[in-house]
Amino acid sequence: MSASMAAPGLLADRPANDILLDVRDLRTYFHVMDGTVRAVDGVSFSIRRGQTLGIVGESGCGKSVTALSIMRLLDIPPAEIASGEIIFEGRNLLKLSEDEMREVRGNDIAMIFQEPMTSLNPVFTIGDQIAEAVMLHQGLSRKEAWNKAIESLKAVGINNPERRVKQYPHEMSGGMRQRVMIAMALSCDPKLLIADEPTTALDVTIQAQILELIRMVQDETGAALMLITHDLGVVAETVHDIAVMYAGRIVEQGSVDEVLLSPKHPYTEGLIRSIPSRGMRGQRLNVIKGTVPNPFNMPEGCNFAPRCPYAFEPCWTLDPQIEEADPPDVACWLYTPAPGFLAPKRGAQRVAGELASGIRS
Amino acid sequence: MTPVQPGSEPDIVDLIRKEGAVDYEVGLESLNQWQLAWRRFRKHRLALVGLGILIFFIAVAIVGPVFMPFEFDVIPSPDKIVYQGRPPSLQHPFGETGGLQRDVLLLVINGARTSLFIGFSSMFIGVVVGTVVGSVAGYFGGLVDNVLMRIVDVMLSLPLLFVILVASRFFGNGNVVLIIIIFGLFSWMTISRLTRSLFLSIRELEFVQAARAVGLSDRRIIFRHILPNAMSPIIVSASLLIAANIIAEAFVSFLGFGVNPIYPTWGNILSNALTFIPLGNWWWPAFPGLAIIFTVLAVNFIGDGLRDALDPRSKE
Repeated sequence: MSASMAAPGLLADRPANDILLDVRDLRTYFHVMDGTVRAVDGVSFSIRRGQTLGIVGESGCGKSVTALSIMRLLDIPPAEIASGEIIFEGRNLLKLSEDEMREVRGNDIAMIFQEPMTSLNPVFTIGDQIAEAVMLHQGLSRKEAWNKAIESLKAVGINNPERRVKQYPHEMSGGMRQRVMIAMALSCDPKLLIADEPTTALDVTIQAQILELIRMVQDETGAALMLITHDLGVVAETVHDIAVMYAGRIVEQGSVDEVLLSPKHPYTEGLIRSIPSRGMRGQRLNVIKGTVPNPFNMPEGCNFAPRCPYAFEPCWTLDPQIEEADPPDVACWLYTPAPGFLAPKRGAQRVAGELASGIRS
Repeated sequence: MTPVQPGSEPDIVDLIRKEGAVDYEVGLESLNQWQLAWRRFRKHRLALVGLGILIFFIAVAIVGPVFMPFEFDVIPSPDKIVYQGRPPSLQHPFGETGGLQRDVLLLVINGARTSLFIGFSSMFIGVVVGTVVGSVAGYFGGLVDNVLMRIVDVMLSLPLLFVILVASRFFGNGNVVLIIIIFGLFSWMTISRLTRSLFLSIRELEFVQAARAVGLSDRRIIFRHILPNAMSPIIVSASLLIAANIIAEAFVSFLGFGVNPIYPTWGNILSNALTFIPLGNWWWPAFPGLAIIFTVLAVNFIGDGLRDALDPRSKE
């Protein structure tokens, strides 16, 4: 993934053309009173057209900030995008003017937020809110936009859309509102859909429906999807590729099967092991010991070293970089030999079946 | 939810496709925010009375002068002028003034037009200026906010009554429109502070971020998404501003710095009555005074009712 040569402007180049979004070395910092928080600290990934990338990690690891950086929705200051490029269809989004960026938002890249209860404006009907985006980006008349709103409500499985468009958000349940948010996001046929924990605030039963719905509409529209979640079960069911984030960095990436069935990075392994599974009745739940490092006081070596059961000498002094990893796609000295150190044979791969059962349940 | 047929295995995709599983009929009619607010407002009896009084005064102000026009230059010939006024009678229910023998009812009706016009128009100017300043300060924050709020601080630290008196003397010239502008430009500060604080909290809500994610411009987000959500407290304080402006007008006119007497206002009627009070002509100041009291009370009651009706937390 990191080897992709997507040169901006070379749209004729086929492999480059296939890549819709290419984020390179993104660093987003927050300058606050107590110092600087490196919320996103050198993240690179890419998404091909129509593909699905899952970004997983604990709360506060920089998943949402990555998404908001792509949309350029962060308040600057206190936020600062210190470096990096976000290439979307050959254009660096970070270099666009605010007006050009508005054209991209909603039209090319749409976003679904975590809280369906508060993501809709309480004083307007949902039809108004969907039609507003359509009128803005597609230049349709009010009437046409209204019809489009009805159409997109129908597409997300809302019964009696002619009537629903005239209702206010407070007349709908959480699951219904999330459907409306999805309808709104899809109303302008975006090429990329960013879903920031779309199911976290919903009931488990509704979660499955919403995920199924996202997958369904994605199939129909051919949009690429960037799914941000802390729920590995959600990822396993929905995405092709996965990137695991820890403390502002991607520590491991790859296809879902690779990463979930044979995790390499100790953090990924810990995440998967901490999913309670059916076969564990009567046993203690596995947890990852310790807590996320203090953002003002990151460890000197690997960010995960203080919590890592396999940490050895280089982990305390040298910071592993995923860009320089060999084998690629995992930032860990257990795999890439640290300069001056020997990489130990780890042999700690879990039995695939055991882990898989953990994920499925 | 429609009940799932017993025995059938509902596939989740099926459930979604069938639509019925995730929806149900809502029998109630959709009421928007304003309809709900009106429902709650109707329960507030004093506010309804206030609304009745205010509507009555507005109707009088609009229609009254058509039937009883005030003609400044119609003056009785000098030999007919009496010093004393006449107390209320059947023909002149509010009595007659001393001096030029004007009908007090006629004065009060014509005064209603100017006084209410000043109260409402200057409120309007104050609300527009205050809302725009507050919105911009609260939405953009930072330097813009700082500069605008320091201007507000300076304005609020002025002894306003004194400034209004001086401004009316120098720029007002008794001209109604200029008086309205002066009042408006000196009464927007509290509204702008209120609006700013509302914007500071509303702009952090998720639907604002969602609106930005859709690609809406700042202007549209401010005026179409945030402002309607901030409207309730602004409306309440606007209603109270009407009362404040009517009183201020009366006060300024009473001191002789207000509207030219060729346009009667409740304030300058009172001012003219001043010298006749020792003569026992109580009806001359009493009726315009009562008109001011009733209007201000009515407006305050309405404000109270609006506060309850528009508060999203009060649900019945």
